[in-house]
Amino acid sequence: MRLIAERLACERSGRTVFRDLTFSLAPGEALAVTGPNGAGKSTLLRLVAGLLRPSAGAISLEDDVTDAVVAERVHYMGHKDALKPALTPLEILAFWTDYLGGGGLGCDEALDVVDLAHTADLPSGYMSAGQRRRLSLARLLVARRPLWLLDEPTNALDAGSQDTLRRLCAEHLAAGGLIMLATHAETGIPTRSLRLGGAA
Amino acid sequence: MKAFTALVRRDIRIAARIGGGGGTGLAFFLILVTIVPFAIGPDLNLLSRIGPAILWIAATLATLIGLDRLFQADEEDGSLDLLMTGSMPLAMLVLAKGIAHWAVTGLPLALAAPLLGLLLALEPEAMGAVFVTLLVGTPALTFIGAVGAALTASLRRGGLVLAVLVLPLMIPVLIFGVSAAAAAVGGTVPFRTPFLALCGLSLGSIVIGSLGSALALAFAGE
Repeated sequence: MRLIAERLACERSGRTVFRDLTFSLAPGEALAVTGPNGAGKSTLLRLVAGLLRPSAGAISLEDDVTDAVVAERVHYMGHKDALKPALTPLEILAFWTDYLGGGGLGCDEALDVVDLAHTADLPSGYMSAGQRRRLSLARLLVARRPLWLLDEPTNALDAGSQDTLRRLCAEHLAAGGLIMLATHAETGIPTRSLRLGGAA
Repeated sequence: MKAFTALVRRDIRIAARIGGGGGTGLAFFLILVTIVPFAIGPDLNLLSRIGPAILWIAATLATLIGLDRLFQADEEDGSLDLLMTGSMPLAMLVLAKGIAHWAVTGLPLALAAPLLGLLLALEPEAMGAVFVTLLVGTPALTFIGAVGAALTASLRRGGLVLAVLVLPLMIPVLIFGVSAAAAAVGGTVPFRTPFLALCGLSLGSIVIGSLGSALALAFAGE
C-alpha cells in the first residue's frame, strides 16, 4: 500500500495553512512532519484522516483492496484521548475492536503490551495522563489498520513508554505499515521528514 | 452491523454509569408533571382533560435535557474524530447514537407516563393512549433534536441554542401526539387518524434527522 498526496492545499477560515504539498509514503516507511507551532502539522494529519477536506489537491491510496477509502484505513491518534471516563480500558478496547473492524491483538493482550493489565477494570477517568496515552496506543493494536497517524505521540509518556512506542512503531513498519507522525521531539523512530514552513 | 450494535451498547452503557446523565431527563419529566396539579389546583375534571397535553409538553421539554450532549460529549474528548474513521456511514452513526439516546431518555418517559397519569386524574384509556403515543412519538422528538445537537456540537453552552432551534420543529409531533391521545378518550376524530400521522412523522424524522445530522456533523468538522 502506498499513500500519495498531490499538491495538497489547506485553508482554514480564509487563511492558507499550506499549499502545493506533495509527498508519498511506501510500505514500511515513516514520515515525520515537523515545523514550528501553527505550521499545520495537525491539520495535515487530520486531512489525511479525512476529518478535513483539502481546498485543493488529493490524497489517495494505491492498494490491492479496491475502492479503499483512506479514512477507513487509518488509525488517528490526536491530541485528545477519546476515552470515556466512565468506561474501563477493557470496555473501551472491546468497543473499538468491534467498531474499527478488529483483526489485531485481543484486548487483554494489547493492554499487556502497553503495561496496563493491572488497570483493566478501573474506570479510565481515574487514570493518569500517561496511562491514558498508553491506552490510546493500545487502540492502535486491537484493530489492524495500515496507516497510523500519530499527533505528538510521545506527549505525557515516560521513558519506558516511549521505548514501547518506538518498538510498536518498528513492528508496524516491519509488517509493511505506514506511519505519519507530527512531532517536535526526537522520537527515535527512523523517519523521512517533511518540514512545513512557518505561517506562510 | 457489528459496529452499529457496538456503538448503541457503548452509549447505553455510558448513560447508565455515574455522570452519564441517563436519568436526568426522566427526573425532570417527573418534576414537571408533579408541579402542574399544584399550580392548577385540585380540579379533577380540568386535570383529566388537559392531562395528556401536560404529559406531552413535559415529555417534549424533558427530551431536550441531555440532547445537547448527544454529539458534544464525543466531540469534546475526540471520540467523534475516531468514530468518523469507522467504515460506517455518518448517517448510520447518527442513527445508532439516536437509538441509544432514545432508549435511555424517550423510552423511560413513555414508560413513566401512565404512572404519572394518576397524578393528573387520567382515565385508564387515556393513560394507555398517552403511553402508546409517547412510545411512537418520542423517537421523532429525539431525531429532530439530533439535528440541532449536531449543529451545536462544537458550541460551548449550545444547550439553549439547541432548544430554540428544535422546539419549533417539534410542534407537529406535539399536535398529532396530543390529538391522538385526546381522541382515545372521546372526541370527534377517531384515534387512528392522528395516530397514523404521528407514526409517519416519527418514521420520517428518523430518516431525515439521521441524514440532516450527518450533514451537520460533516460540516462541523471543517
